[in-house]
Amino acid sequence: MSYFIDRRLNARHKSAVNRQRFLDRYRTHIKRSVEEAVNRRSITDMERGEKISIPARDISEPVFQHGPGGERTIVSPGNREFVEGDRLRRPNGGGGGGAGEGSASDQGEGMDEFAFSLTREEFLEFVFDGLELPHLERKQLVDLEEVRPVRAGISRDGVPSRINIVRSMREAQARRIAMRAPIRRALREAIEALETEERKDPVLRNPSRVTELRAEIERLEKRLESVPFIDTYDLRYNHLVNQPQPSNKAVMFCIMDVSGSMTQSHKDIAKRFFLLLYLFLERNYEKVELVFVRHHTAAKEVDEEEFFYSRETGGTIVSSALTLVDEIITKRYPAAQWNLYVAQASDGDNWDDDSTTCRQLLVKSLMPRLQYYTYVEITPHAHQALWEEYESVQDDFPERFAMRQIVEAGDIYPVFRELFRRRAEA
Amino acid sequence: MTLRTPIATGSDWNFEMLTDYEREIARLADEYRLDIYPNQIEIITSEQMMDAYASVGMPVGYHHWSFGKQFLSVEQAYRRGQMGLAYELVINSDPCIAYLMEENTLMMQVLVMAHACYGHNSFFKGNYLFRTWTDASAIVDYLVFARKYVSECEERHGVAAVEQLLDACHALQNYGVDRYKRPSPISAEEEARRQTEREEYLQSQVNMLWRTIPLSQALDVPLADDSEDPLGLHQQGRYPEEPQENLLYFIEKNAPLLAPWQREIVRIVRKLAQYFYPQRQTQVMNEGWATFWHYTLMNRLFDEGLVGEGLILEFLQSHTAVVNQPGFDSPHYSGINPYALGFAMFSDIRRICEAPTDEDHEWFPEIAGSDWLDTLHFAMRNFKDESFIQQFLSPKVIRDLKLFSLVDDDSEELLSIEAIHDERGYQRVREALSVQYALSVREPNIQVWKADIRGDRSLTLHHVQDRRRSLAKSVYPVMRHLHHLWGFPVKLASMEDGDIVRRYQWPLPDKASEG
Repeated sequence: MSYFIDRRLNARHKSAVNRQRFLDRYRTHIKRSVEEAVNRRSITDMERGEKISIPARDISEPVFQHGPGGERTIVSPGNREFVEGDRLRRPNGGGGGGAGEGSASDQGEGMDEFAFSLTREEFLEFVFDGLELPHLERKQLVDLEEVRPVRAGISRDGVPSRINIVRSMREAQARRIAMRAPIRRALREAIEALETEERKDPVLRNPSRVTELRAEIERLEKRLESVPFIDTYDLRYNHLVNQPQPSNKAVMFCIMDVSGSMTQSHKDIAKRFFLLLYLFLERNYEKVELVFVRHHTAAKEVDEEEFFYSRETGGTIVSSALTLVDEIITKRYPAAQWNLYVAQASDGDNWDDDSTTCRQLLVKSLMPRLQYYTYVEITPHAHQALWEEYESVQDDFPERFAMRQIVEAGDIYPVFRELFRRRAEA
Repeated sequence: MTLRTPIATGSDWNFEMLTDYEREIARLADEYRLDIYPNQIEIITSEQMMDAYASVGMPVGYHHWSFGKQFLSVEQAYRRGQMGLAYELVINSDPCIAYLMEENTLMMQVLVMAHACYGHNSFFKGNYLFRTWTDASAIVDYLVFARKYVSECEERHGVAAVEQLLDACHALQNYGVDRYKRPSPISAEEEARRQTEREEYLQSQVNMLWRTIPLSQALDVPLADDSEDPLGLHQQGRYPEEPQENLLYFIEKNAPLLAPWQREIVRIVRKLAQYFYPQRQTQVMNEGWATFWHYTLMNRLFDEGLVGEGLILEFLQSHTAVVNQPGFDSPHYSGINPYALGFAMFSDIRRICEAPTDEDHEWFPEIAGSDWLDTLHFAMRNFKDESFIQQFLSPKVIRDLKLFSLVDDDSEELLSIEAIHDERGYQRVREALSVQYALSVREPNIQVWKADIRGDRSLTLHHVQDRRRSLAKSVYPVMRHLHHLWGFPVKLASMEDGDIVRRYQWPLPDKASEG
């Protein structure tokens, strides 16, 4: 009468479609919550999902119901001191508290917010919704080292491990048919001739002809047998060729000014910008490496902790960082194999005559190799020489060089969106 | 009787243990004449349980955002630990599908088998509402058909169009049931076979109703006094002649602008609403019955020594939590617990049969001292919550639960206690609680009054208001959905004692001049 079924290995996420439908339907609500969350969140905090609240009235499923008011009788359990005929004051908050609504199942009035969680993936999906990496076409060059073997048809030679058995057997069969056919035909003719000869009157029979035919038949049968079942000639091999692969690796250089004028709050803003960029790149490339370069008058490659939190003082020479990045690229990240992104954050201070050097470095050496260069200037003040020089770089590389000003933390996400918004193909 | 050794101890379970326990429960259930559909017991993970939850326990369902919403809220509550998942989910189908969660302890699995596979299952098979309204053998097939049909419509007409239609139907699904007529059973095969045929037929019926060329004879005579009766309202009888309580059915058959596939979807929602209709009316009985039997069966297992002391203690703790009824002033109070009320009532019926007091002889002369099992089966088979309470709520249960009845009249400043658990109050408390479970009182009574088939094609509904309980604000969004289905203006009039006390309409009138 009864039987057990173990369903534990069956597909989960039967509700995935419904869940997605729900998210799609309330896309605008959710997006608003996500944007608020991004602005609110601390910098280390992008890697988790988000709790989203939607006003319950916006997503209620209305049905005909009784409203408040009128006269109703409610039966409740747990009477302690009441006796028949008692009169008592309404509990505060209308029908909600105290005696409640009896068994009437009219929820939906009490709940103001419908809350649920987005997974990290869903959250980031919304964060980066409508954004696109500029120059997403990946590096692909002739001298690319990275190759991947791909099938390229069938060949006649190869190593035994790549024999294509089906094709080889088919070839063999075709060859056998082709080679045996003429022999079979000759054999059939010889047999017929022999039979004709034997049907003749013994007086008229030609004995030497009979012998001759018998010998011929024997010879043909031997030949038929000697047609090989398979021949080296039949063998076919799967052919593989090495195809150069577009690089799926990206490296992101974070350049930050750590001179005395950069405060911790400047750095936090910068960090959030770097983090967004990192998450974004991570979604587009299989592998993303980070290089942190910080500079005051001299540049140094450091680890993440030191990058964001150690303090330095002194003046600022931006070109030192650019030179270091240039060197690192040449040494470790050949542009042929890596997609190179540089994000620079600074408060705009620089030695005056250095800004020109920066421009030259960028235009001559760096920009031709980079996929994209973003510069954010974290300052409420007027721009200085560096900004102006960079503007001229932007004129030279309008597609690949972007710069924006950030005043406070709340600007980061909008600026980020602006930098990476999906451009109409022009 | 010799005590046997427990089948298993500890809290881990495996399939052999479950099979052994299931066999023993089946043996005992048979003694109690529990007649069941074959059980299909499925072991699932908690994630799958959440999925099952979200689709209202249906093994397959069509896609709709509201199920996603349901899923998200269940998931949220579960993750935060606000809510344990129900240990069990059982589907009224033949074979009866019951889900056991992998995470349950052995005790829970045995409990759930007794509760769901024998309690609920026998209720589904025995209770008259389920026998009348649902067709257990066809439901899974029908769901498969529905899912396939809806997704085909989505492909053909777009997800948005189907979603909007389903939204509208869901808003009205509580009014998709014939309350008094027995519906024709649903059968997936037949649905599929006849569906095209029906589409054409239905459309032709609708076309008949709405054709714009006037019927020459019928309209000839009244044309004379056209000016006094421009809409022709008095020329002929109202359409429909009798008020219709099944809104979705009326729409499916009469809505002027629906395409055949839309009618079919209305029908699907209607059929599913009808399938769930008995469950909405037998909460107390269904849970009470299942709880009574898991309690009885577990105790029998213990008496026979098939479960150990550890397991029975764990069971009693869990059972006590299930039938706990916090008082109305407790912060944990959220209405009457159907498990508690149902369990108390069925247990009390047994007591009345086995050890009647004078009071019982006075109140229940027919059943006091009768065979308890016969009486229990009789009660299970022939009642729904409303009538079950009306018939069997005993003074003892009223006393035990300390039930009292309170009148909240918004025209009075104070609430008044109408009756409590004493000699004078039993009858009235019982009456009031019975009414509280009547669907017709819980839900506003709304019927189709008139479809103006010769005039502006508007649809008029009547809400029969009772005790000045007006409709909640949700009436407007629901009217909007109804308008979406009907395609022409929809109106709703609230009537109390024959007078119209309130009117609603959709679309809203542009200016005050519309009046």
